[in-house]
Amino acid sequence: MKKSFADLMEIRNKTLNRVNLRVDREEGIRIVVGMATCGIAAGARPVLKAFSEEVSKRELQGVTVAQTGCIGMCRLEPIVEVTVPGEEKVTYVHMTPEKAARVVAEHIVNKQPVAEYTIGAAE
Amino acid sequence: MKIYRSHVLVCGGTGCTSSGSKQIQEELAKNLKKYGLEDEVQIVQTGCFGLCAIGPIVVVYPEGSYYSHVKPEDVEEIVSEHLLKGRIVTRLLADERVGDEVKPLEEVDFYKKQKRVALRNCGVINPENIDEYIAMDGYTALNKVLTEMTPEDVIDIIKRSGLRGRGGGGFPTGLKWDFAHKAVGDKKYVCCNADEGDPGAFMDRSVLEGDPHSVIEAMAIAAYAIGADEGYIYVRAEYPIAVDRLKIAIAQAEEYGLLGEDILGTGFNFKLSIRLGAGAFVCGEETALMTSIEGNRGEPRPRPPFPANKGLFQKPTILNNVETYANITSIINNGPEWFASMGTERSKGTKVFALGGKIQNTGLVEIPMGTTLREIVEEIGGGVPSGKKFKAAQTGGPSGGCIPAEHLDVPIDYDNLIEIGSMMGSGGLIVMDEDTCMVDIAKFFLEFTVDESCGKCTPCRVGTRRMLEILTKITKGQATMADLDKLEELCEHLKSNSLCALGQTAPNPVISTLRYFRDEYIAHIVDKKCPAGVCKDLLQYKIDPAKCKGCTLCSKVCPAGAITGTVKEPHKIDPEKCLKCGACMEKCKFGAIYKE
Repeated sequence: MKKSFADLMEIRNKTLNRVNLRVDREEGIRIVVGMATCGIAAGARPVLKAFSEEVSKRELQGVTVAQTGCIGMCRLEPIVEVTVPGEEKVTYVHMTPEKAARVVAEHIVNKQPVAEYTIGAAE
Repeated sequence: MKIYRSHVLVCGGTGCTSSGSKQIQEELAKNLKKYGLEDEVQIVQTGCFGLCAIGPIVVVYPEGSYYSHVKPEDVEEIVSEHLLKGRIVTRLLADERVGDEVKPLEEVDFYKKQKRVALRNCGVINPENIDEYIAMDGYTALNKVLTEMTPEDVIDIIKRSGLRGRGGGGFPTGLKWDFAHKAVGDKKYVCCNADEGDPGAFMDRSVLEGDPHSVIEAMAIAAYAIGADEGYIYVRAEYPIAVDRLKIAIAQAEEYGLLGEDILGTGFNFKLSIRLGAGAFVCGEETALMTSIEGNRGEPRPRPPFPANKGLFQKPTILNNVETYANITSIINNGPEWFASMGTERSKGTKVFALGGKIQNTGLVEIPMGTTLREIVEEIGGGVPSGKKFKAAQTGGPSGGCIPAEHLDVPIDYDNLIEIGSMMGSGGLIVMDEDTCMVDIAKFFLEFTVDESCGKCTPCRVGTRRMLEILTKITKGQATMADLDKLEELCEHLKSNSLCALGQTAPNPVISTLRYFRDEYIAHIVDKKCPAGVCKDLLQYKIDPAKCKGCTLCSKVCPAGAITGTVKEPHKIDPEKCLKCGACMEKCKFGAIYKE
């Protein structure tokens, strides 16, 4: 199909998310899921999948979903850390796929951390 | 569009492909499936990362873990440890990144001094996916040119950027375009020279393999600037991966209407085709290349008329090198001032070099003009391996010359290199250590030009052969000082009388080695000795009776039966029978065998 420049820009914006993971790793929002044995055993995989799916579905720009090792509080797994540039890191505990969808909607999109899921609320 | 949380980049350049990266990709796909990660992790085949010496290279993002020497049996560990559990497999990380601390690529010695303009997308995007090129601002330069600029504007920008031809000659690109723009003709052509022939050079191949669209887009821009509607990429058939990716890229660009008719709805037409070179070095010369595209035997023709007036099919034509084109879109997007801010007074921008020979980090580097040879060899290249001494660097292939250690601190640009008797060339940089014989090197390049001379003009056809004969005599210890004078006279004769650049520059390896290493020539001629111990006819293998324990190992490995002696008594080598293969020296446990 022949493309106009507007079409090209649309392709550019859609593809950018796929490519910029490889370019600047410092900027943008990072969602990091604890994926050590403890995390996986507590159900971190479906949580990670839920985050990736939510981010793709909403076509969010500049959001990285990544995994990390054991954070040290195995009893609170699955643990997810969300870093928004310029703001303090938010740590969510006992995550589920359903909670993940809400975190994306409220924290990532509307910039309102979901206080009741955070480590502060759990302790 | 699907988003993946991790990208595994596998180098698909020729270097890594030959060390098995295809197998790594298959193994990755298999293991991702096995661990149920295929929806989360994307495998991306990219172009060259530059560190070919430690390939196959696999890079995992977002962490940026740089795995080297990856073997198929390592793949499962990467998948089960890194991708599944987020634990970086430290034992596979390239040298400088030991521990969990992953240094960003830009801070590793190899990359620190580099500035990637022509190679900006190599090792970042998937070259077979036009969308990824578009995501990196691809085809915005073409749109800008077609909708906002006149051809004169484009030429003015290229002129102001100071870009000079990257194929070796260093002719100002903007001026070349201007000549073709002003030339009168009902039809004009844009050509790309991808007939990279210098031994040890692979810059253009890597650009075509890693970022083919950058060349296609730039050729369309050039076509608009000079008023052409048709173009050819002349690429050598020995680059199968580059040819495949170019074909894919052209098909994708045609599908998106970025090549063909009425491009981006502006009414501009440009048709692009590929022509394969059959492996003749002379076809890298511009007139020979065009003769070859026309379907004739690839032989050069006299200039003038210059291609800008009478080129392909006798029509005004521009011919630029792959790397030259790879710079164009960045210049349009970032402005000529940005480009001119890099480099030296008369050589702007960056240059890609293929590092080879006696150097730690064999591979591909892109540096700003004006970087010194020392920085390239010692810092980026990691120096000469196994503690040997640097002797010289060869640039410019068979047309270039050798740069000795005393000139290591000269900032590299077109004019400086010519001044010290070499040339920029297309960018091959071969490092030589103390074990290299300079006469032998000159002979090697002459053998190459004798083979590749097309035979059309006598100075080149006969002259190169006579030069090679004299060089052979020197390396055999049969030459006299009169031969050396004759050799120098021949050099001058070829330079001034050959038809094309192949013959005109063929004597350069001899001239430059004579300039800096004349004593080595004299040692061969007068003392009948090869100081580096390379020329076999001037060598003799001997056994030091004081060190020989009479273990008989050498006499067993000698293929010619030249070593005799009784057990526990010192052995002897019969020079009449000795083939000088060095097998005995390699095997001797006592260091008793030496050559002189």
